[in-house]
Amino acid sequence: MSLLPPLGTIGTSMLGHYATVLIFVVVGLIFAALALIVAKILRPRNPNYAKMTTYECGELPVGSAWVRFNVRYYLIALFFLIFDVEVIFLYPWAVVFKHLFPVPGLGALVFWEMVIFLAILSTGLAYIWAKGDLEWVKQLIERPDSSIADEDENGGAVTAGAAEEEVPTQ
Amino acid sequence: MQILTDLILKIPGADGMSDLVMHIICAAIMATLMFIVMALCALIFTWMERKVAGFLQSRYGPMRTGRWHGWAQAIADMLKILAKEDIIPRDADRGLYVFAPILVMLGSLLAWAAIPWAPGFVAADLDLGLMYIFAVSSMAVVGILMAGWASNNKWALYGAARGAAQMISYEVPLALATIPVVMYTGSLNTQDIVIAQQGGMLNWFIFRDPFLFVAFFMYFIAGIAETNRGPFDMPETESELVAGYHTEYTGMRFAFFFLAEYANLFLIALIAVMIFLGGWWAPIPFLDFLPPALTFIIKGVMMVFLNMWVRWTLPRVRVDQLMHLCWKVMIPVTLICVIGSGIWMMVSGQAG
Repeated sequence: MSLLPPLGTIGTSMLGHYATVLIFVVVGLIFAALALIVAKILRPRNPNYAKMTTYECGELPVGSAWVRFNVRYYLIALFFLIFDVEVIFLYPWAVVFKHLFPVPGLGALVFWEMVIFLAILSTGLAYIWAKGDLEWVKQLIERPDSSIADEDENGGAVTAGAAEEEVPTQ
Repeated sequence: MQILTDLILKIPGADGMSDLVMHIICAAIMATLMFIVMALCALIFTWMERKVAGFLQSRYGPMRTGRWHGWAQAIADMLKILAKEDIIPRDADRGLYVFAPILVMLGSLLAWAAIPWAPGFVAADLDLGLMYIFAVSSMAVVGILMAGWASNNKWALYGAARGAAQMISYEVPLALATIPVVMYTGSLNTQDIVIAQQGGMLNWFIFRDPFLFVAFFMYFIAGIAETNRGPFDMPETESELVAGYHTEYTGMRFAFFFLAEYANLFLIALIAVMIFLGGWWAPIPFLDFLPPALTFIIKGVMMVFLNMWVRWTLPRVRVDQLMHLCWKVMIPVTLICVIGSGIWMMVSGQAG
C-alpha cells in the first residue's frame, strides 16, 4: 500500500490538505524574508557601543540574564503536560461519542468510561491542589535556621511581586 | 478551494495544468490571501484599538493623520517601523534572536489555514481542523520563549517565562471549552462544526444547552489570556517589565510580534464565532442576503470589540491571581461543562 495518493486525487485527499499547510509555511517564510529585505534596504545602520548594549533602563547591565529561574515554572509545565494530554484523549472520545451512543450494548457506557477517566485525572488535580502546588505565592517552611528566615523578610520572597523571579546579586 | 479552482480554470490556457500544479497555485493564493488578512488585522485593529480605548476613556484617540479620525495612523506607524534601525544586542544569541519573531508569525499564519470563511472556502479542509488550529497556534509559546531567552535581557527573560507559563496554562481550559462543541458535532472538521449550527440563532452552539453557554465564556476568558491581552497582559506589563519578551526588538522584527499579536486577536475571535456563534450563518433569516464571509467577519469584529472593551475596562490581575483563576476555577468549570453537556445530550436525546 503506497502512502502517497494516486496522481490526480491530491487536491481532495488528506495528504493534499496537509500539503496546503506545507505551502503555507513556505509562503509565510517568503513573506517574512521579503519584509526583512525591504526593511534592510530602507533602514539606517549606524551601530555604536551603547546602542548594542543590553537594555537595562539605561544602567550598564549587571551580569548575564541567563539565570536560573523559579522552579514553579517547571511545575506549571508538568501540570500542563498532564492536562494537555488529557485534552488530546478527550478529542477522539468527543468525536465518536455521538456516533457510539446509539450502538446497542454501548449506550451510556461510552459516557461513563470518560467520566471515570476524568475522575481519575480530577483526583490528580485535587492532589496537587491539596499539596499547595497550585499556589503561586508559597509560604516557606519555618526553619530553626534564622538566616533563612531573615532572607524571607528582607528579600520579600513571601510577597507576590518579588517572589516570582530571583536574580543572583553579584 | 473549489471556488478558487473554478476561478483559475476560467483563465484561458489553464485547462492543461496538472492537478498538482493547480493545487500548489491554489494553496499559494490562499496563503497570500491569509497573509494579507493578517496584515490588514494589524493595520485596522491597531487603529480600532486606539479609537475604542479613546471612546471608553472619554477622549478622541488618533484624530490628525489622514484627516478623518486619524484613519491613516496605522499606515504611518507601519512606514515608520519599516525605516527603523535593526538592533541586535551584542550579548544576544543571534540565531535564536533572528528566528523567534518569524516562528511566532508563522504559528499564527498556519492557524489561519483551517478557518472556514464561507461554505467551501477554506484553505486546508482538515479532518482534524480544530485540533490543528490549537496545535499550530501553540508554536507561539516556543517563539516567545526563544525571543526572551535569546535577548539576554532580564526583562525579556521574565516576560517570556511568565508568558509561557500563562499561555500553556490557559491552553488547557481553552481546549477543554471546545470539547462540548465537538461532542455535539461529532467531527473536528471546521466546516462540519459550522454546518451543524445551521438554522437560526437558537441552533448556535452557545444556546444549545446551559453548559455550552458557560463554556463560551470560559473560552472567551481563556482566549484573552492566550493572546496575552486585556487584564491578563502579564508578559508585557510595561510598568514592571518594560515590554516583556520583545524589549530588545526593534523595526521589522518587532513588527512581526505585533502582527502576530493582532492576527491572534482576530483568530481567537473568529474561532469563537466558528464554534459557538454560528460561523457564517446569519442570526435571523432576515439577514440571509449578506454574503457568508461578510457575516463571519462582522461577527468576528464584534468579538474583537468585546475583547477590547474588556481590556480597557478591567485593571491588570496579579500573577498569582492569574494562576488561581486558571487552575482552580476555569479548569474545574470546563471539566463540569464537558460532563454536563454529555448528560444533557443523553437526556435530551441529542446523542446519536
